[in-house]
Amino acid sequence: MRFLMFPLQGPLRIMDPECSHLLPALCAVLADPRQPVADDTCLEKLLDWFKTVTEAESSLLLLQENPCLVELLSHVLRPQDVSPRVLSFALRLAGTFAAQEDCFQYLQQGELLLGLFGETGTLGWAAWNVPSVRSGWIQGLSALARHPSALHFLADSGAVDTVFSLQGDPSLFVASAASQLLVHILALSMRGEAVERCSPQGSAWPACAQKIVSHVEESLRSTDTPQVTQALNVLTTTFGRCHSPWTEVLWDQLSPLVACLLERDPVPAGHSLVDLLLSVARSPVFSSTDCGLWETVAQTLSRLSPTQAGPLALGTLKLQHCPQALRTQAFGVLLQPLACVLKAATQTPGSSGLLDGTVGGSLTVDALLSSKSACGGLLCQTLAHLEELQPLPQRPSPWPQAPLLEAVVTILRLCNGSAAPSSSVGGRLCGTLAGCLRVQRAALDFLGTLSQGTSPQELVPQVFAVLLEYLESPDSSPTVLKKAFQATLGWLLSSPKTPGCSDFGPHIPLFLGELFPVLQKRLCSPCWEVRDSALEFFTNLSRHWGGQADFRKALLSSEAPTLTQQLLRDPESYVRASAVSAMAQLSSQGLQATLASPEHPETEQGLLKEFLHILSADSEGFPRRAVVQVFTQWLRDGYAEVARDTEQFVATVLQVVSQDLDWEVRVQGLELAQVFLAQKLGQPAHCPYAVGLPEGPSPGLRPEVLRNLCQPWLLEFAFRALFDCDRPVAQKACDLLLFLRDKTAPCAGMQETGDNPCLDSVEAILQRWQAGEQGQSLGDPEPEAMLAVLRSIDLEGLQGRLAESSDHVEKSPQSLLQDMLATVGVLEENEADCY
Amino acid sequence: MKLYCLSGHPTLPCNVLKFKSTTIMLDCGLDMTSTLNFLPLPLVQSPRLSNLPGWSLKDGNAFLDKELKECSGHVFVDSVPEFCLPETELIDLSTVDVILISNYHCMMALPYITEHTGFTGTVYATEPTVQIGRLLMEELVNFIERVPKAQSASLWKNKDIQRLLPSPLKDAVEVSTWRRCYTMQEVNSALSKIQLVGYSQKIELFGAVQVTPLSSGYALGSSNWIIQSHYEKVSYVSGSSLLTTHPQPMDQASLKNSDVLVLTGLTQIPTANPDGMVGEFCSNLALTVRNGGNVLVPCYPSGVIYDLLECLYQYIDSAGLSNIPFYFISPVANSSLEFSQIFAEWLCHNKQSKMYLPEPPFPHAELIQTNKLKHYPSIHGDFSNDFKQPCVVFTGHPSLRFGDVVHFMELWGKSSLNTVIFTEPDFSYLEALAPYQPLAMKCIYCPIDTRLNFIQVSKLLKEVQPLHVVCPEQYTQPPPAQSHRMDLMIDCQPPAMSYRRADVLALPFKRRYEKIEIMPELADSLVPMEIKPGISLATVSAVLHTKDNKHVLQPPPRPTQPTSGKKRKQRHGFSDIKVEDTAKGHIVLLQEAETLIQIEEDSTHIICDNDEMLRVRLRDLVLKFLQKF
Repeated sequence: MRFLMFPLQGPLRIMDPECSHLLPALCAVLADPRQPVADDTCLEKLLDWFKTVTEAESSLLLLQENPCLVELLSHVLRPQDVSPRVLSFALRLAGTFAAQEDCFQYLQQGELLLGLFGETGTLGWAAWNVPSVRSGWIQGLSALARHPSALHFLADSGAVDTVFSLQGDPSLFVASAASQLLVHILALSMRGEAVERCSPQGSAWPACAQKIVSHVEESLRSTDTPQVTQALNVLTTTFGRCHSPWTEVLWDQLSPLVACLLERDPVPAGHSLVDLLLSVARSPVFSSTDCGLWETVAQTLSRLSPTQAGPLALGTLKLQHCPQALRTQAFGVLLQPLACVLKAATQTPGSSGLLDGTVGGSLTVDALLSSKSACGGLLCQTLAHLEELQPLPQRPSPWPQAPLLEAVVTILRLCNGSAAPSSSVGGRLCGTLAGCLRVQRAALDFLGTLSQGTSPQELVPQVFAVLLEYLESPDSSPTVLKKAFQATLGWLLSSPKTPGCSDFGPHIPLFLGELFPVLQKRLCSPCWEVRDSALEFFTNLSRHWGGQADFRKALLSSEAPTLTQQLLRDPESYVRASAVSAMAQLSSQGLQATLASPEHPETEQGLLKEFLHILSADSEGFPRRAVVQVFTQWLRDGYAEVARDTEQFVATVLQVVSQDLDWEVRVQGLELAQVFLAQKLGQPAHCPYAVGLPEGPSPGLRPEVLRNLCQPWLLEFAFRALFDCDRPVAQKACDLLLFLRDKTAPCAGMQETGDNPCLDSVEAILQRWQAGEQGQSLGDPEPEAMLAVLRSIDLEGLQGRLAESSDHVEKSPQSLLQDMLATVGVLEENEADCY
Repeated sequence: MKLYCLSGHPTLPCNVLKFKSTTIMLDCGLDMTSTLNFLPLPLVQSPRLSNLPGWSLKDGNAFLDKELKECSGHVFVDSVPEFCLPETELIDLSTVDVILISNYHCMMALPYITEHTGFTGTVYATEPTVQIGRLLMEELVNFIERVPKAQSASLWKNKDIQRLLPSPLKDAVEVSTWRRCYTMQEVNSALSKIQLVGYSQKIELFGAVQVTPLSSGYALGSSNWIIQSHYEKVSYVSGSSLLTTHPQPMDQASLKNSDVLVLTGLTQIPTANPDGMVGEFCSNLALTVRNGGNVLVPCYPSGVIYDLLECLYQYIDSAGLSNIPFYFISPVANSSLEFSQIFAEWLCHNKQSKMYLPEPPFPHAELIQTNKLKHYPSIHGDFSNDFKQPCVVFTGHPSLRFGDVVHFMELWGKSSLNTVIFTEPDFSYLEALAPYQPLAMKCIYCPIDTRLNFIQVSKLLKEVQPLHVVCPEQYTQPPPAQSHRMDLMIDCQPPAMSYRRADVLALPFKRRYEKIEIMPELADSLVPMEIKPGISLATVSAVLHTKDNKHVLQPPPRPTQPTSGKKRKQRHGFSDIKVEDTAKGHIVLLQEAETLIQIEEDSTHIICDNDEMLRVRLRDLVLKFLQKF
């Protein structure tokens, strides 16, 4: 017997007769302006399908076999009859077909392409004002520009000039696509020919390429910043995509013009210039030679404003090959804002330890003091860049860990108003940064990252002090607090442990003594986000430090465990979920409110009951999911209360889970069942995904083990889940049953022959379940009968079908065409009703 | 135009503005921080307080030990608490025409001004301001009168003696002017002089200036004031808030185009964000109660307490505090909770719309209904029967010197389980706690001050662009404890003019124009000549008539024409009348009738030979004319 639960239908890569049959009607609908297409997504899907089809077979053949397509393309040449969205579609469709040279010739014969893409075509129509039509025109050209014939066509039709003008299109999508197309044409014209190999000078390049390069040159000389930006963007894309030797020639030719931009004041299009330089620097073509690039980068670093130079400095430092002097300069640019802050805030004059010179310092100070947003922007950017750089192998060495730490602590102090700088710049910075949330967040993030490095011991107390200020302050916003908790966790976990009577160095016990009152307060916050992040922090800290004596002492003398337990009844579901994780963590470490001990077993028992209650009664999914996750973990870890009667525990949990409306809870329940099975079969519990491994049947599966495995409640749960309306649940159930089937393979053949009335009844019930009738229970069938049922199901086939995306049936081209036609049909019916 | 600054307290202002011919007092705040120098008034006999040792000079001289007591190193006056009044000598307060009140906290000195200075003018305030102001005064009087104190210390005020005292008594200013609390009778009399006004209502003062209250967003009925003539505009901004709390939002637009903006009543805790403080309040409250401790919140009976109760309403269930009783103890607790629900038109939009549902605007009604919040006039009576611990008690006075709060401080101060949470920013919590030391209970300071901070002020000033800003000197420099915080001061161009107590400022603009009306018939007669495109001139001959500060140009009297004399003569039968001036008066000669009328300062004689009828006729005429004057 085989269950076939879903129709088998994969995506089609060729034009099948059914689709071919539907196409004329669809083309007629598209050509008819009275029958508007329901939505753009249908057309996009249709286009995607045509792309797939043309990848697999000849476009020419397709057009010849389906003349309706050419008719559609010819029809759109009559502008008054076509809606902009169909016109845009047709342009892109034509481009897709014309990507193959023979088909291109075929369409050219009918002058179709010239009509669509030429100067006398679409460009002159009113529909050209619609951005989607212009976009379709560019995409169509992009698609067809694949072969030399296309290049000639582009040159002759004047399309390149139109693309030049579209670079400044008011629609950003069109403008960007135009730039991309130019790069595409340039690369195409340089492809295949001798030019690619011997990289001659620009004057020997194909005409089309020369035209584009001249346009770029002209734009670079322009005083109009948007035009310069366009040219820089084209070049950035070119160097990013094309790594042939000719790009080096191109850079040789254009770099003087780029360098000239640096002489203007202010430097135009700073951001685009940075992108270009980084794109060139990253190109493998330039890895061996210098080409004056590094000089230009160095000059740019010194000419751009601190905000614009930052990304260039970061990009330069991330490069593998780069002169040391330039790296030093780039790192200087990156550090400059922090050096200024340190200098402004420190009482003693002299070097801040970050930068010795003060080159560019005044420019940075100006940027910092110009406005609140500029100051915040520059500092956030700098901190984010340094955070990105810190873990990289190519980060500058020696890494100035200590001054960076000092700088970030100073910024945090300026932000919360606790710094008292004596200089006037410091005073103004204090006023600017006070209460600036985004700088606080960025600085706390960076501070957290800095915990990974080795810091001088004398600075660590300062770090903990400032973190405590943030954790304590009533003015810390929930998002800032979350970052402060994360940074604190980072610093606590990275603090060195000293062997001896105390687990930690001297700072930690002191800090913990101050941390717990703050944590208690945060657990009582009226803001649920704060309670949640406090719980998360608490859970993580307990996970890592649950065994440390200092931590246990501080925790058990605080109210935190009691408060955590109370938060199991928090009105906010996220908080309840976090409280479940936290309580589970505490309980597994013996850190509950009342210390679990042999004399007080009821505490653990109470928690299990409480969790079961949450699982069966909580109105929100998150706490229930958290409970099942905890239960699974308890089962894996052999948690005492669970290990006492594992079967009873799993049975109780699965009974509750099977009723749950949240599919994630049901998936988690199946995970729990799988862990249970794995344990019963002697598999390591943490490796339940050993399903597909080609291992032989474990010998000697004794009948009592089999009976154990084939518990009716377990199988009923798994089989029901197999027919779950939520695909992930069915998938997981499928995995579980496959696992069980493979493991019980040695028992095969025991009851294989002859009719088993029990087997029949089980199959009958399963069929009813599949049909959606969930009422009947499996009862208590023999394990052998269950195994027989298990083997009779095509689980592999089912697994394959479930692995396909849930909408694969609807995605078939036939159904797409039918849907589109049906939509129009419905419209017709409505029209008829109106009359 | 002059500004007389009678108070040095930036949030309890009292200024007098002389503008045109009017004298306008802007607020009359009462500085109650002086009470911090006094011993608390316990409701129930406190052995600890009554057994405090007397203070003696370093040389052992103990002549002040009856007046001054020592507690944990601090010296307190053992007497009825006294308040520091606004300056009364700087200007004759009987000349004040009107007093404009901006909010209920800024009217606490009103009885001192209206009852003891010869004040005969009118006080203008909104209805909630008056009603809640009355409650605050009533509570204050009640707190002090119900604990009568026989002793009144005055020896220490002697300047020579004061010099010998320890700080802060030594540095207390103008102690000789400190006064005991007013009586309820004085309160009632003062409040009877108030005329109620509504937002945007225009009130004419003697035709010279117009005053208008605007919503200031700080408290129920709180107002800023516009004082304007035809060509000048002075804005008085006091206690304003841009936060969304219960009152109507602040009206900023109407403050635009002011010549002078007097700015007072900014937040007293510029670095504390009220939202963060409310969070702090809730967290500490929950933490204490969960540990079995009690929470004491010293507060005023109106204002922030409404917002706190609203926050707690949303918080108690989530914090598992549903079974914890909340007590609000004040002689005016009931009235305050009820008043807040009836001033719908003065509330923010959200709360106003609740009235149409209909629901009470404040959720404390539900807290009362469900018995979670209970209110009592005092700890005596019902409260002592209902009292359950752990609990949360809201009660006054925030100075901790009088009111039921004194009892709770004495009762709960010894246990570290309990917490006192300070939410009112008016008093230094350390000074307030000084007479209770040593203290085991936890103290949390989370002042909630919703008034404008300096960032908001800077935005406001950019928005309304006054020509000149006048403010207390405290706002023109960073707070002394944070001298580097240049952001914690008013930064505007031209720099703000600052004032301190007893300053008299000449406001920096001169009045140059006065509006004069032209009577229609006079305007008709004008013949303008265009001297430039758009500019025409005409000569005007008219009589300027000024009455009630309104100026009107009237057509000039026509030159005396003989015909008109004839008419008059014909009416009464007299002609050829001559008038002669004498040293004492005038003589009217009726030549034809050979009669003269002698008019002097205190007598009038008609001298007429033997013509009694003529004499009687003349007598009647003269009497008739005299009556016309």
